Amino acid sequence: MGFDLFVIPFTAGLAFLLVWFLYKTVEWLSHLNRVDRTMLRRGVISSKTVRSVKEVILESLLHRKIFRTNPLLGYMHMSLAFGWFLLIVAGNVEAMIFKPATIHPPYYPIFFRFFEPEAAGFPGAKAFEFIMDFLLVFILSGVALALFKRIRSRALGMKKTTRLLWYDRLALYSLWCIFPFRLLAESITSGIYQTGGIVTGSLGNILAGLIPLQSFEYPAWWAYSLALGLFFVALPFSRYMHIPTEVVLIFLRNYGIHTRNSYSSYSEIEVYSCSRCGICIDPCPMSEAAGIQNIQSVYMIRNIRYKTPDEEVNDNCLMCGRCNIACPVGIVTTDLRAIARNERHLSGNLHLTIPATSSPHHDVIYFAGCMGQLTPAVTQSMETILQQAGEDYLFLDKEESICCGRPLALAGRIAEAKQLMEINRDKILSSGARTLVTSCPICYKVFREDYHLPINVMHHTQYLHRLLMQGRIRLRSQNISLAYHDPCELGRGSGIYEEPRQILRLAGNLLPTASEKEKSICCGGSLGNTVLNQKKRHAITEYSLESLTINNPDTIVTSCPLCKKTFAQRSDRPVLDIAEVVKSAIFRDKDNIRIRENYQIPAEEFSS
Amino acid sequence: MINWQFTLHPDHTINLDTNDRTLARLLEEKEPTSRICMACGSCGGTCTAAQFEPVSFRHILLMVRRGETESVRSELTKCMYCGKCTLVCPRGVNTRHILALLRTMLIN
Ligand code: SF4
Ligand code: SF4
Ligand code: SF4
Ligand code: SF4
Repeated sequence: MGFDLFVIPFTAGLAFLLVWFLYKTVEWLSHLNRVDRTMLRRGVISSKTVRSVKEVILESLLHRKIFRTNPLLGYMHMSLAFGWFLLIVAGNVEAMIFKPATIHPPYYPIFFRFFEPEAAGFPGAKAFEFIMDFLLVFILSGVALALFKRIRSRALGMKKTTRLLWYDRLALYSLWCIFPFRLLAESITSGIYQTGGIVTGSLGNILAGLIPLQSFEYPAWWAYSLALGLFFVALPFSRYMHIPTEVVLIFLRNYGIHTRNSYSSYSEIEVYSCSRCGICIDPCPMSEAAGIQNIQSVYMIRNIRYKTPDEEVNDNCLMCGRCNIACPVGIVTTDLRAIARNERHLSGNLHLTIPATSSPHHDVIYFAGCMGQLTPAVTQSMETILQQAGEDYLFLDKEESICCGRPLALAGRIAEAKQLMEINRDKILSSGARTLVTSCPICYKVFREDYHLPINVMHHTQYLHRLLMQGRIRLRSQNISLAYHDPCELGRGSGIYEEPRQILRLAGNLLPTASEKEKSICCGGSLGNTVLNQKKRHAITEYSLESLTINNPDTIVTSCPLCKKTFAQRSDRPVLDIAEVVKSAIFRDKDNIRIRENYQIPAEEFSS
Repeated sequence: MINWQFTLHPDHTINLDTNDRTLARLLEEKEPTSRICMACGSCGGTCTAAQFEPVSFRHILLMVRRGETESVRSELTKCMYCGKCTLVCPRGVNTRHILALLRTMLIN
């Protein structure tokens, strides 16, 4: 086994990287809070670990999710990650077969061709020559695509690609150099000794006719080792830190750990796991429709990582969550952004005296929300339906309505939001109701997640669905074509997709749209953004409408009063709330109309 | 006395030459729509907070533009950012942005 000075850059770089990553991992794990640590301990010895290993292979090596976004981009990531991984594995196996019974230093398999230029005759030598060459070409094809992407990203299905910082540049350029240098070094050595596989062997022969190989061999191996060493040293400070960190992220996520209300160890792991791939840029309606290119999650996360907070970036986001769905790493970017907003410590008091009132007893509370107040058609429809169903209900915020607190929380004013939440909570609980129905998805999300109410919280889509299921109201189908818009907070935010669709299929003819369910595009009205002006909002609204009207529906239906109001300003056709649709389709016994056979939703559709 | 359903304000001079309009100018820079308010009052009419105490976005903006900033401090801490005022404004004034900016600039 040999040693040569040129292995030092590689070996030192690798050692540095390993020590650094180990240090980081220990730091992260030891800073997990108590709850997270318990989850970690419980998770390790469960099937979740197996699941994590599988996910690491599928995502960190094969990059399956990127494949789904765009096959060519997926191939690029896979060839680099999986190809390199295989090259290391195959190199080690080769070295082991060639010299069994010795423990090799880590550089030996990497520079195998240099140390054993005439290695032949061991079992599978020919096959290894071929495999190593094949893998090298596989990786090089990925490098070529990466170069191409920098120049022309649209070809890889991305309209915008990320801007680079200098550490990234250093790491990127050294990464690009590694494999061409390896090809060169191996070819030169092969040329000298007349060995090598199809690629390195033939390239070696060609080079032999062009340059004096002997004098180029040593510098070529030095260059290869230097490129590797430089990449390893730059890695922890560059976006490539995502490679090792994503593995940790996958395990912890599978153990059930996630980002909560404050910046935790896990949040930091999420931040480091962002590869700055930029896949979150194109789905962002701010970028696509409003032409705002600097606020996307990739930049927001980069600011957190390099501690360069930018309020404008943090605030100018719709919090629509479209980037969460797109992110191949599975980073919940909106949670990180919410924390970044809170970090400003805009603590304060809401100096508003709201008289405490207790509510009379009723079974169901109906809460319209501020946006509901602005759409009387929605609240009136809900009241009609509630009466039709014979419900004993209380319209809690008919008078003296109070905001649910989520807009304040989204603006980073948690303390003030809590004040409102306390008042609303008392009002709700004092009525003794068992069910709270709200028309506004913004209220729904905060009631369900932050109020910790011991009663059943429902959005009106769920409630209407339940009324239909119980047969307390019946619908007659109308001859009208509908397109349904999933509000951000109800769809991506709360996972409610099926109930509204099942209801609408009963009431009319539901047409598909261009961006269904989790791909739904924000209406532009979002209260999560305090910065965006009306003009840009209109651009987003029109962009969303374009996707909704692709099949030319008679009416657009949504289930959020804010979406309804926002769309109505720009739409060329009626925009209704699902409550209005249900109200107008309700079948009363005195209506002498033939109703469709399946006026009730079949029971099996409710099993979920 | 006859109740005319309105009262007269006491004498009050607004001297735009001596009032300090720095804040108003800064605001115009950061949110140009602060210039296009036509003082219709729709925002105050719909305001969630106004059900409990006298709060009006129209009043806040008017005072800031006149340079009478002090009088709006307390009003700013009553807003819930509910967004009703933005939705009803016929002029497209970005009310929540203005409220948030003023709040951070004047209080925190
Ligand atoms: S947040 Fe996700 S999608 Fe966006 S750059 Fe980071 S890894 Fe890529
Ligand atoms: S949450 Fe929506 S608006 Fe904000 S960055 Fe993500 S996609 Fe863009
Ligand atoms: S609604 Fe708009 S235009 Fe009218 S007073 Fe308020 S901000 Fe001004
Ligand atoms: S955002 Fe503030 S000022 Fe505007 S309506 Fe709501 S509480 Fe009133």
